[in-house]
Amino acid sequence: MTSDSVSAAGDGQQPLLSLRGITKSFGAVDVLKGVDLDCYLGQVTALVGDNGAGKSTLVKGIAGTHTFDGGEYLFEGRPVNVTSPKAASDLGIEVVYQDLALCDNLDVVHNMFLGREETNGIVMDETTMERRAQETLAGLSVRTLKSVRTSVSRLSGGQRQTIAIARAVLWNSKLVILDEPTAALGVAQTEQVLNLVRRLADSGLAVILISHNMNDVKQVADTVAALYLGQLAATVRAEDVTTGQIVELITTGRSGELGLAADREVLR
Amino acid sequence: MSTTTQPTAASTEVAPERATLGSAARDYVTRVRGGDVGSLPAIAGFVFLVVLFTILRPDNFATKLNWANLLNQSAAVIFIAMGLVFVLLLGEIDLSAGYTAGVGAGTLAVLLTFKGWPWPAAVLAALVVGLVIGALIGLLVARLGIPSFVVTLSAFLALQGVLLTVIGTGGTVPIRDPFVLSLMNDNMPPALGWVMWFLVVAGYALTEVLGRRRRSKAGLPSPSVALPALRIAVIAVLLGLVVYLFNLERAVNPAIKSLKGVPLIVPIAVVFVVVLSFVLKRTRFGQHIYAVGGNAEAARRAGINVNRIKIACFMISSTLAAFGGILLASRANSVSPSTGGASTLLLAVGAAVIGGTSLFGGKGRIIDAIIGGLVIAVIQNGLPLITQRAEIQFIVTGLVLLLAASVDAISRRRAAASGR
Repeated sequence: MTSDSVSAAGDGQQPLLSLRGITKSFGAVDVLKGVDLDCYLGQVTALVGDNGAGKSTLVKGIAGTHTFDGGEYLFEGRPVNVTSPKAASDLGIEVVYQDLALCDNLDVVHNMFLGREETNGIVMDETTMERRAQETLAGLSVRTLKSVRTSVSRLSGGQRQTIAIARAVLWNSKLVILDEPTAALGVAQTEQVLNLVRRLADSGLAVILISHNMNDVKQVADTVAALYLGQLAATVRAEDVTTGQIVELITTGRSGELGLAADREVLR
Repeated sequence: MSTTTQPTAASTEVAPERATLGSAARDYVTRVRGGDVGSLPAIAGFVFLVVLFTILRPDNFATKLNWANLLNQSAAVIFIAMGLVFVLLLGEIDLSAGYTAGVGAGTLAVLLTFKGWPWPAAVLAALVVGLVIGALIGLLVARLGIPSFVVTLSAFLALQGVLLTVIGTGGTVPIRDPFVLSLMNDNMPPALGWVMWFLVVAGYALTEVLGRRRRSKAGLPSPSVALPALRIAVIAVLLGLVVYLFNLERAVNPAIKSLKGVPLIVPIAVVFVVVLSFVLKRTRFGQHIYAVGGNAEAARRAGINVNRIKIACFMISSTLAAFGGILLASRANSVSPSTGGASTLLLAVGAAVIGGTSLFGGKGRIIDAIIGGLVIAVIQNGLPLITQRAEIQFIVTGLVLLLAASVDAISRRRAAASGR
């Protein structure tokens, strides 16, 4: 199974994030049982798996909300100790949660700089923040916003998701983790957000995309990492597999040659 | 100023719309449709009530003397309301603000009259008492997670007892300190009134001009000059009218005691509005208050210390309430066990909400307290001129509060419906 993950991606470059043999238990429940995962700059890694497969736990561990019990956590080739969300964002890891965490009553600029406002003495430096927000949005080719001074309560779901993602990019982040960014969106808005996800990777960031939607995965992901009951069933190139195969990996942990060997499953 | 400052290439991606008066009006209509009505209903209500009472009681209501009286009546409520804005912005409530004012006033009176403290020390002590009360409430709400409704309702009861203890069994403590009495009873020299007018108008215009210059330097689009110019003009005219009218002789018998000039409380209120609005709108701290009120979880995830913000807001609220108490004491020349009691708190909450501050958090401005406070003051002042029947006054005031809260709730529902 590790041979899959090595061959799946990378083109010989060093992975930005590299997890080896990650374990995590909550009491008697082993949620992660030795997960290996590599993420590369410029690539979208889709993290798929059924409910309870351990996606959230894995992501929370990467983001520092939980700490892993065992295994190696390498970032840019160096072992790191990520014990808090702050430590993760210091490394350049940003998470966009499903429920967005935007303040409806604030405008786009203030949401993007929430908690990290630029100041000039004691006064907030509104012009610098507005300029940087516009530059970031422009850099992501976001053109659907009329004004960055619009209150977020007046934005559509797709626009909100865009702002949440743009906020993650604003801080020179290297790895952006997106938790089901298209779950609540309509067709056109899903398209918008997926394009944005693609552009993030194309601009050189590493992206982890958690999704239940196989069309989304096939459309934007370079690599698919399928979790099955706390184990990495397989890491494959998105273009090498069909939607059906991904679904099989998610539901049974294997698909033909791919995935966990049948006997290994029994032996465990 | 030139109106042709165009954004540079860097910012054109986010297609900025150049705001004109027309687009500003359209923008306002969209905002109202989206549930953000701002202060307009309050201003309309104010004008309506003033016209109504003037028609009904032309010789009592619309007199210069009554207007000065009206300002002094509402001053304490307005200051308490300014503090409540901070708490309401978080989506919390402070039901004890009225008696915090009472305890502040009691502290002041006892220290001045019985202990012979100089006024600066006594005023400071009263404010510190407010600060401590706020800190205690804030700690209980933020750290223990008790709903602010319950904490402050308990404080409301307990502080009544504290007030009784502070002022002792004598019942009423008189105040004779000339400075404290002057707060609510003196007027500015007429010339100084015009100086204040100039400072306010020029200061407002200057911030506007500097802000535009900063934006154009940064290559950001500025809204048209028309809207701010109109705002400055309106402020200049209205404030000018106020200063002019107050500078006229308004004493019933000028030969005995001349009475003219803007009441001293007006410049004090202006300073508070400017400083507090600055804190809310221009500092990170103020920004974080709005963020916590809008979405506390988002604020927490963004690294904002939500508890610290909550405690700070309760401290600001109670300190301003204590200041309101000083004004109550100054106006009544004394402090009694009922100072800050009765409807004081309800009127203050009403003032903030009528002015446009939301009970649900995240929306509100300091100026709301002034606008709403004036509406309340007009009702409180005008109704007794029409009818002496207390029951009608209570019912009308209650209905007005309910109306303001309904506007708030409805606009919130519209906001929820129009989002997404």
